[in-house]
Amino acid sequence: MTKNTAAGKTRRQIYEDRLRRRSLIVACASSLAVFLAVFLLVPMAPGWDKVKASFFNWEVFAKTFPDLLRAFKLDVAIFLWSAPAIVILGLLVALARDTRNPALFPLRILGAAYTDIFRGVPVVLTVYLIGFGIPGLGLPRPWNSPYIWGSLALVLTYSAYVAEIFRSGIDSVHASQRAAAQSLGLSEGDSMRFVILPQAIRRVIPAQMNMFIALQKDVALLSFIGPVEIFRQAGVFKSLLANFTPYVGAAVIFLAVTIPATRYADYLMAKQNRERS
Amino acid sequence: MSKLSLKGVIKRFGEHTVCDGIDLDVNEGEMVCLIGASGAGKSTLLRCINLLETIEDGEVLLDGEDISLPGLNPQPVRQRIGMVFQSYNLFPHMTAAENVMLAPRRVYRKSRAALRPEVTELFERFGLADRMDHYPDQLSGGQQQRVAIVRALAMKPEVMLFDEITSALDPQLVGEVLDVLRLLKGSGMTMVLATHEMAFAREAADKVCFLKDGKIVEEGPPDMLFEAPQHADTQRFLERALK
Ligand SMILES: Nc1ncnc2c1ncn2[C@@H]1O[C@H](COP(=O)(O)OP(=O)(O)OP(=O)(O)O)[C@@H](O)[C@H]1O
Ligand SMILES: [Mg+2]
Repeated sequence: MTKNTAAGKTRRQIYEDRLRRRSLIVACASSLAVFLAVFLLVPMAPGWDKVKASFFNWEVFAKTFPDLLRAFKLDVAIFLWSAPAIVILGLLVALARDTRNPALFPLRILGAAYTDIFRGVPVVLTVYLIGFGIPGLGLPRPWNSPYIWGSLALVLTYSAYVAEIFRSGIDSVHASQRAAAQSLGLSEGDSMRFVILPQAIRRVIPAQMNMFIALQKDVALLSFIGPVEIFRQAGVFKSLLANFTPYVGAAVIFLAVTIPATRYADYLMAKQNRERS
Repeated sequence: MSKLSLKGVIKRFGEHTVCDGIDLDVNEGEMVCLIGASGAGKSTLLRCINLLETIEDGEVLLDGEDISLPGLNPQPVRQRIGMVFQSYNLFPHMTAAENVMLAPRRVYRKSRAALRPEVTELFERFGLADRMDHYPDQLSGGQQQRVAIVRALAMKPEVMLFDEITSALDPQLVGEVLDVLRLLKGSGMTMVLATHEMAFAREAADKVCFLKDGKIVEEGPPDMLFEAPQHADTQRFLERALK
């Protein structure tokens, strides 16, 4: 028999409350100790004053931050037009690789070659090759724009990864779902479109979100071929002011976007795992 | 002429012959039950009938027409033969009503509005009127299985195949699904069942076939097969199953 106390709690609840309070106190105390140690010890390092002056200069930070933010808009724009293209191309490649129609067999091979190649080459190399190579053909304006070809490089690389994630999602839908769809007389295409894909896409949303967080960061690679986005803007300020603080400013801006997005993706992932178990 | 007729059907998975020369005749409006131990090939046989599996040899005739002809488009055949699975296989991302309407919408090109009355009527007939807009995970096993039956019926099939449709259910839910089968039999549906429900097979079937190692060892009216099995394998199986 459990005896209720005045507060209406059972013995066990009181015990667990005490346990929870104790672990909270321990966690706070140990975090505080670590932070204190960092704050006290790092400034004692011999080069700290120099590092502080060139990476954490508040004046430089305040002066350059608005311009960095403005330059970041270009990163966001490149992300926004690349992302839908990646979703569409990724899905098409995934479907091409899964097709069973013999007439489309060349598409299967092409799809496989495509994903192998673009997953096998460092992104920055693809950006260089396409971003310098294609405009090098001497195309007329606006077709020599590094924005177009830089974005294309990102789209081609990321579509290869996104396609593989879609494919893993398609494979994760149990064969009995396809059997059920076909036993109703639905065509292969309709089974895919109405039965398999909706389930597959839902399952891979968290994984895809992580890809798109990586994409947002990799937009900075376009700085190597011309566009003055945030990373390049920070580089300009660095040369101008002989100070690295603008890079820290850029990092802060990236983190402001990627941390919430990563947290949200993790939350979705955890939720899905809970639902499936 | 039989509604459905199998002649020397052979199905192999690699070296393993799962259906080993099956002959079977199902007349219009008949209920045929397939019984046999696990692995005997009951499910595979059903899947061969609606072409979810391709057969190595033999023929499957529907209204005397060979539907197992290599190269034949299986889609129109599957519209005429409905199938219900042990694990329901409802589409989890759709409501019960959407599950039922998907195939008629896509295959018969009917609108939701046009389908709604007949689908509502089906749900009512099977005691699911208030469950139309529920998602599968909001339904009990018995309700899910009845929705799966309604989904197959919505295509107006001529023959229905049932693969151990009560095996995944809690015992107290089995009855409601068997009632649905009785109802269907009353309406004259031609049915083939793989089942472990011996009492039901005995009561409702017109013919019972005992399968072992991919062969029909013995077949006959339920009274004969259950009362006086001729074959030693059948006797042994029934002894164990009826205990
Ligand atoms: N896709 C497959 N590939 C290889 N072997 C298979 C496949 N499907 C079924 N089999 C084999 O065929 C045999 C018959 O299986 P089947 O599912 O038809 O038996 P069953 O009579 O329905 O059994 P149960 O009562 O357990 O459902 C089994 O030995 C099984 O391992
Ligand atoms: Mg089976």
